[in-house]
Amino acid sequence: MTDTGNWGGGQDGFVDVRPRPGEAEFYDSAPTPSDSFLELRDLRVQFPTDDGLVKSADGLSFTLERGRTLGIVGESGSGKSVTSLAIMGLHKNTRARITGEIWLDGEELVGASVERVRALRGKKMAMIFQDPLSAMHPYYTVGTQIIEAYRIHNKVSKAAARRHAVEMLDRVGIPQPGSRVDDYPHQFSGGMRQRAMIAMALSCDPELLIADEPTTALDVTVQAQILDLIRDLQQEFNSAVIIITHDLGVVAELADNIMVMYAGRTAEYGPTDDIFRRPQHPYTWGLLGSMPRLDRERADRLLPIMGTPPSLINVPSGCAFHPRCNYASLTGGRSTDEVPVLHSVDGEHSVACHLTAEQRLKAWETDIKPKL
Amino acid sequence: MITFIVRRLLGAVLMLLVVSMVTFAVFFLVPRIAGQTTDQLATQYVGRNPSVTQIHAMEVKLGLDQPIYVQYGRFLKGIVAGADYDAGPDRTHCPAPCFGYSFKNQQPVWPQMLSALPVTGSLAIGAAILWLVTGVGIGVLSALKRGSIFDRTAMSAALAGVSLPIFFTALLSLAIFRDSVPLFPDAGNFIPFSESPGRWAEALVLPWVTLAFLYAALYARLTRAGMLETMNEDFIRTARAKGLSERKVVVKHGLRATLTPIVTIFGLDLGLLVGGAILTETAFSLPGLGRFAVNAITNQDLPEILGVTLLAGFFVVLANLIVDVLYAVVDPRVRY
Repeated sequence: MTDTGNWGGGQDGFVDVRPRPGEAEFYDSAPTPSDSFLELRDLRVQFPTDDGLVKSADGLSFTLERGRTLGIVGESGSGKSVTSLAIMGLHKNTRARITGEIWLDGEELVGASVERVRALRGKKMAMIFQDPLSAMHPYYTVGTQIIEAYRIHNKVSKAAARRHAVEMLDRVGIPQPGSRVDDYPHQFSGGMRQRAMIAMALSCDPELLIADEPTTALDVTVQAQILDLIRDLQQEFNSAVIIITHDLGVVAELADNIMVMYAGRTAEYGPTDDIFRRPQHPYTWGLLGSMPRLDRERADRLLPIMGTPPSLINVPSGCAFHPRCNYASLTGGRSTDEVPVLHSVDGEHSVACHLTAEQRLKAWETDIKPKL
Repeated sequence: MITFIVRRLLGAVLMLLVVSMVTFAVFFLVPRIAGQTTDQLATQYVGRNPSVTQIHAMEVKLGLDQPIYVQYGRFLKGIVAGADYDAGPDRTHCPAPCFGYSFKNQQPVWPQMLSALPVTGSLAIGAAILWLVTGVGIGVLSALKRGSIFDRTAMSAALAGVSLPIFFTALLSLAIFRDSVPLFPDAGNFIPFSESPGRWAEALVLPWVTLAFLYAALYARLTRAGMLETMNEDFIRTARAKGLSERKVVVKHGLRATLTPIVTIFGLDLGLLVGGAILTETAFSLPGLGRFAVNAITNQDLPEILGVTLLAGFFVVLANLIVDVLYAVVDPRVRY
């Protein structure tokens, strides 16, 4: 099923999210270029360690078009960040083993040279990180760092790059950009720093923007501003955006599609509305249940997901979620023995779960929905 | 920034005062507490088999009969403004900075130290440049190629560097490169730079390398550890995410952050060395401050010991001051 059969078979992965009839079998020797702006095909990122092989991403596939936003949701250690770093080529030169395909605007990145990916990085694809204080160099001014990002890919004078940096700071809503440009990151507030980080990421008009937990380190009041900013800028630049978060509230605001990840695999994928209104995977139910909501009685407790995320070295057999799943017993042992395949339930909406459609519907209607 | 420097400068002066008080106390107060009489103290300055009158005259001349705070005042005044030793017709003026006269050769201490200073300075600064370049360079490469053969070899050499004492490496280098293979026959034979830069360097190559080997080993380990930590920082990932070349990521972002603590240690090490590289100077017979100190101690020459202690203290305080100011320049997060 995949062209990467060298990982010992057992955990063989998923079908593609969007069916491409008859295509999967054909790219054995020469992979077919993707028509989508961004497409991941069976991406696997593995780290050999002394304790064993860490499978951080285990057969991910999705597509993303310009102007659209994909939200990747999951707990810590579900492989969200590793996936985004793989797209950015930031695992190159490390010990990570990457297989599968990443197509960005007709160009395959997994097999591309380090230099080629570097040329695309910052220019065609850019990234915003979680903690803007540690993600910016403490010894250089904000302006210097934006100017640097701009001048890597644009042969312009320092003065011109500086004007551009001021303009970018203005665009992301930093007051008095002309003087703040010479401030150091520690002189900015958390929200301002993240704005500056966004300005830096957008300085070369990237067509793909990956935001890795962009609001996690920020005050709640600032979070909404940053999300608004990302949305506005996306509309302005018509870029494709991937938002990585553990906070369903964030993706509800921004994403067109949502991918729920668990233990390096896709648990559920679909349009945001579908995910929120008709979630199919017990793990997604758990995420929704553990989300605080204003319109809920305070007396009602949140519904935490029992247990802890699995180690990515010893991923549970079968469905990785089965040890924490309340419905695993309904599958007659398939949960523990067989890796569920991602299959469509309704158009784009797909789920990797052994429960039958009826079982899922029943559980959702009777157990989960009334408690949300 | 200016107020910061002024504040630090005042602090440095205060520090020097404390250093002078402690040193003075060690040499003049402690012997009294230990039971030495003024006569016994004065006897040290007079020579062999002195008469009672001679001793008494010396007591008056040096002011040893005065209360201790008056003596400290004289001592301090001598350093700042020069001192007059007045004993009847026998009147001597000792220009500032006056640290008194050597017991051994009756010469004022300061000019002797002044002539030793260029030797130590040449040795310390030359070695410092050498160890900074090689130590940091090797440390960076080791960190980037962690676990490689280069890394292992370099770190083994570094372990040897920090473990082997100078008097061993120095004598070894002399035995090989001066005696067996006479590449540097004049090693240790100090010639001032102004006289002949070539011979100046020739005499100093072995001491430089010997001294630098120890410190380079230390700095290589420090740099390696620092780089390994820095290269895992988020801002390095950001720099890569911008599309910077790996070389720029390492030098402009990684090394820049690693270098800050190294600059600090470098300043302090250099300050300490300029006050006298005792082992190296002794092993190579270089007439520097370190050897001056050793000789002074061997001869129990109190004024010389006092002078060289204060001078070494001065360099350490000065180095601290420079490092403090430099740190504020290097790390913008330090508040002035």
